[in-house]
Amino acid sequence: MPFERHEYKSLMDLLAVASLRAMDDAGLGDRPVDAVYVGNMASGLFNHQVSVASALVDRLSLMPATAERIENGPASGGSAIKNGFLAVAAGFADVVLVAGGEKMRGVSGPRSTDIVSAMAQPDVEYIYGVTLPALAGMFARLYMDKFRITPEHLAMVTIKNHNNGALNPYAHIQMIVTLEGILTHPQAKFNNPVVADPLRLYDCCPVSDGAAAVILTTEEIARQLKKPLVKIAGIGQATDTHALQERSDPTDLKAVSCAAERAFAMAGLTPKDVDVAELHDAFTILEIAESEHCGFFEKGEGARALAAGETQITGSLPINPSGGLKARGHPVGATGVAQVVELVWQLRGEAGKRQVKDPEVGFAVNFGGFGNNVVATVVRREG
Amino acid sequence: MDMELEAYLRPPEYPMPPYPAKVITLATGAKMVVRQAEREEVPELLEGVRPTLSVERDYYDIVGARLYAELLGWYRYRVRDEFCLVGQIDGFLVGIVNSRLYSPKLGISYHTLAIERGLRIGAHLFAAKMEHHIEFLGQDEVLITAESPIGFRRWMIEYGLEKRDGQHELGGATPYALTRELYFKAKDRLVAGERPVPPDVLEKATRSLKVASEEEILEKILGVRERPV
Repeated sequence: MPFERHEYKSLMDLLAVASLRAMDDAGLGDRPVDAVYVGNMASGLFNHQVSVASALVDRLSLMPATAERIENGPASGGSAIKNGFLAVAAGFADVVLVAGGEKMRGVSGPRSTDIVSAMAQPDVEYIYGVTLPALAGMFARLYMDKFRITPEHLAMVTIKNHNNGALNPYAHIQMIVTLEGILTHPQAKFNNPVVADPLRLYDCCPVSDGAAAVILTTEEIARQLKKPLVKIAGIGQATDTHALQERSDPTDLKAVSCAAERAFAMAGLTPKDVDVAELHDAFTILEIAESEHCGFFEKGEGARALAAGETQITGSLPINPSGGLKARGHPVGATGVAQVVELVWQLRGEAGKRQVKDPEVGFAVNFGGFGNNVVATVVRREG
Repeated sequence: MDMELEAYLRPPEYPMPPYPAKVITLATGAKMVVRQAEREEVPELLEGVRPTLSVERDYYDIVGARLYAELLGWYRYRVRDEFCLVGQIDGFLVGIVNSRLYSPKLGISYHTLAIERGLRIGAHLFAAKMEHHIEFLGQDEVLITAESPIGFRRWMIEYGLEKRDGQHELGGATPYALTRELYFKAKDRLVAGERPVPPDVLEKATRSLKVASEEEILEKILGVRERPV
């Protein structure tokens, strides 16, 4: 489903439509779905509904499929994909529907921020008023000081991802912005007010409603479905301290590095093999930081690569051709699944105007909490 | 027209200084000219408002319908001391705000309609309207109400408006007030724009008020561009 403000659709509507489209795309026909995993962070708070996986099975008449809701904060989608992958790999299920969704716009902005802040450490962060933008702001200040990243670099992430989002019919924001409009013009402060210094409005992803879904299956069944094969070649997951302040170096996203290493190890690949990446740019600084921590660039070189155009769609390592969380949007539970959907489209050559040239290997990072539970996925085109 | 009767039906006019045009650079880099509309431009303005009458989303239909009536009333000399500011990008109408003077010191804010969304155009034009009330018309207070949650957030919350007793002319919810003190407190943060407008930019805006087609207006408001079915 396109990510946007879905005023007249419920969370279940969004999940159902995305799921049906995935099943249609896969060409499942009468083949039953054995298991359903739904990535969702906070439907109980946003929508006063829990057990959404059970609800989805009923909505789609997939009984008696097994069903679970998977919650890992903003990495709920990535974790749902991981659980689906494990189900197939373990022989527990042959055909798995993995959906991710969130409907966040039914509550006010402050309420939405508060709900998302529930992932912060309750005793030493949330209680003192920490929100995710606040954590990102503090992280950004440290990271920018350490690696000499400028506000212009952050704006470049915004501009690149907005340009990409304008090419993506599923993106929440399809609006091209300019450096003048959001940063350099004396009037830019009115368009781009500070949210959590040094992060401004255009450094932060929008609050979105939306859903995404994929079908995972065995190679044998996949070949029968006659779709271009895209394989999950590797999945990695890692954790770090809950509170940002308890990390030995708050700028060191250890969970990102570890998750990426594990994913690459499983896939038998390295960062150099990646042709296209979807990183978790809930805040612009995170795209730069993750591009380094995943091993694509040396520490301190991510901003240079961005400025040199290496991460553009036409660059040597396109990052966030979908528009990323910044422009495509971030319905929290949907994001991790949407990242994989984008990679599948890219690897199949179905990404339309934002198509990267002939990619074979894709990579996604889904950043849970503030980097305390991260899922990385490597996908590869087969045949 | 029976001019003798018309003289009874037309409200007296309070001499209002004109609003000096300004230009605002938006996030897209586009330059929006904010200027006062002439009464003679109302027919074009109504063409820009008309498509909103069928859009329920974000209360566009109510705002559009009421704004249509207010503009028509102003055009036909049936509303007292009303003024209208417009936002234009490359000559195209992107937003309308209107208000009237209840008394020399008290203003009544009417409506704010943004045709182009996502660029804070409504917020910028509302701020321009308040700028006119307070700084150029010399008023002390402006009564404001909101029909949509977006309006409530942008005005009542962002400006920290004060509640007032009684009713706003538009009826409905509790009226709020922007005082001179509140305006100047918010000005640095919320009132954008540069003067003077470069002559060529201003000439483009004043030469003709261009209105997009109904289809384009609906697309801008509803964001239907290239959406998958």
